[in-house]
Amino acid sequence: MSLSKKNKEALLNPLSINNPVTVQVLGICSALAVTAQLEPALVMGLSVTVIVAIANVVISLMRNTIPNRIRIIVQLVVVATLVTIVSEVLKAFAYDVSVQLSVYVGLIITNCILMGRLEAFAMQNGPWASFLDGIGNGLGYAKILVIVAFFRELLGSGTLFGFNILNYDAIQEAGYINNGLMLMPPMALIICACIIWWQRAHNKDLQEK
Amino acid sequence: MATQKYICKVCGYVHEGSSAPDICPQCKASASEFEAMKKKGISTNSNSYTIIYSVVLVVIVAFLLAFAHSALSEKQDDNVKLDTKKQILSALNINNVEDPQAEFNKRIVKILNIDGSENKPVAEFDVTGSDKYQVIYQCDIDGATKYVIPLTGNGLWGAIWGYIALDDNKSSVYGIYFNHASETPGLGAEIVTDKFKAPFIGKNIKRNNTITSIAVVKKGQTEDNRDCVDGISGGTITSSAVSTMLETCLKNYESFLTK
Repeated sequence: MSLSKKNKEALLNPLSINNPVTVQVLGICSALAVTAQLEPALVMGLSVTVIVAIANVVISLMRNTIPNRIRIIVQLVVVATLVTIVSEVLKAFAYDVSVQLSVYVGLIITNCILMGRLEAFAMQNGPWASFLDGIGNGLGYAKILVIVAFFRELLGSGTLFGFNILNYDAIQEAGYINNGLMLMPPMALIICACIIWWQRAHNKDLQEK
Repeated sequence: MATQKYICKVCGYVHEGSSAPDICPQCKASASEFEAMKKKGISTNSNSYTIIYSVVLVVIVAFLLAFAHSALSEKQDDNVKLDTKKQILSALNINNVEDPQAEFNKRIVKILNIDGSENKPVAEFDVTGSDKYQVIYQCDIDGATKYVIPLTGNGLWGAIWGYIALDDNKSSVYGIYFNHASETPGLGAEIVTDKFKAPFIGKNIKRNNTITSIAVVKKGQTEDNRDCVDGISGGTITSSAVSTMLETCLKNYESFLTK
């Protein structure tokens, strides 16, 4: 399957030079909230990917009929409906997953990436391109979440996906202790900032004059 | 913004762009001769269109949500009930059974009211019903009688709940289960872990036949007149909420527990 150049950009740019978190600086709030551990971060990233892709397609199909003055409200209604239906379906058919997601499902509605992509992309582009843009941005978001969560869980709790990595007596006796600050939201912001720093240092295009 | 079409009123030339061209390339008419073309006949900017659009959208959405909810609610309730039963079994140290429903019916012998009188038969009792926090589950674990008491309280961000299983002496803890709606991951949410729960086992909730409950205290500290377990560092409010929950809920069962 070959993609046109524009579609390829819609799919791949958000993963690198147009990353929703580090370049567009969207979705920071949930990046702080769910990255204390890897598992919820991964689950949240994938849920956002699915929802943003579907919402993008729906809005893209409706884009020519939406009255300009209430377009943000229409976008919000579509997102909230989608998220509520997905959450209801999960509760009925995948109860364990819905318990695990708990508050994160609600957090998806307030995720700025959704509104940002709907307003900036789906309102002007066709369904297929919008779908790819949604997948790309969702994965770009998931990527950053997983990187942040990796450092926070490893250095904060000494585990990865709940498995013990650093909590052994030998390591503890050598003077290493888990850093409780890593579990606090401010540390997520600092790690995000470090990723942005690293990315800008390697991409001259992203640096402001 | 999407591009718009402009038509030259003099010669009919159609221009596409964000604004009308300065002069018409065909008849050299000025920009004032251009008129914006309406798309598909309806103006999506008119008031009546906006109002009708929003009403239709809201009705469709309301219908969709109501349909999704009513179609799925029965299955959801069943899931919640089954999950509650799993939680009660977990308090009895029975985890990951293949058929929680059958296991529940096998282990739970009687449902007792707060004062110790019998409630309904187990099969008819609704574990998620309105009196779910006013009952005692009398259980049978390989011949030994255990009592499971439901707990409920408020954590830092939302509800916390649990089940505590007591031995036949109505004092020593046989097993315990905690859960929460929205405590902080990595901190308060650690109350669900075995690391937090394990120290409860074997502790006594009574001293000299009065209910003292079990205190959740700062790591390493103790209290003279009752049993203690370590709280979670960084999760102080949730830890003390667990402590309060245990005390308040167990006090409700005083007449049964001290009988």
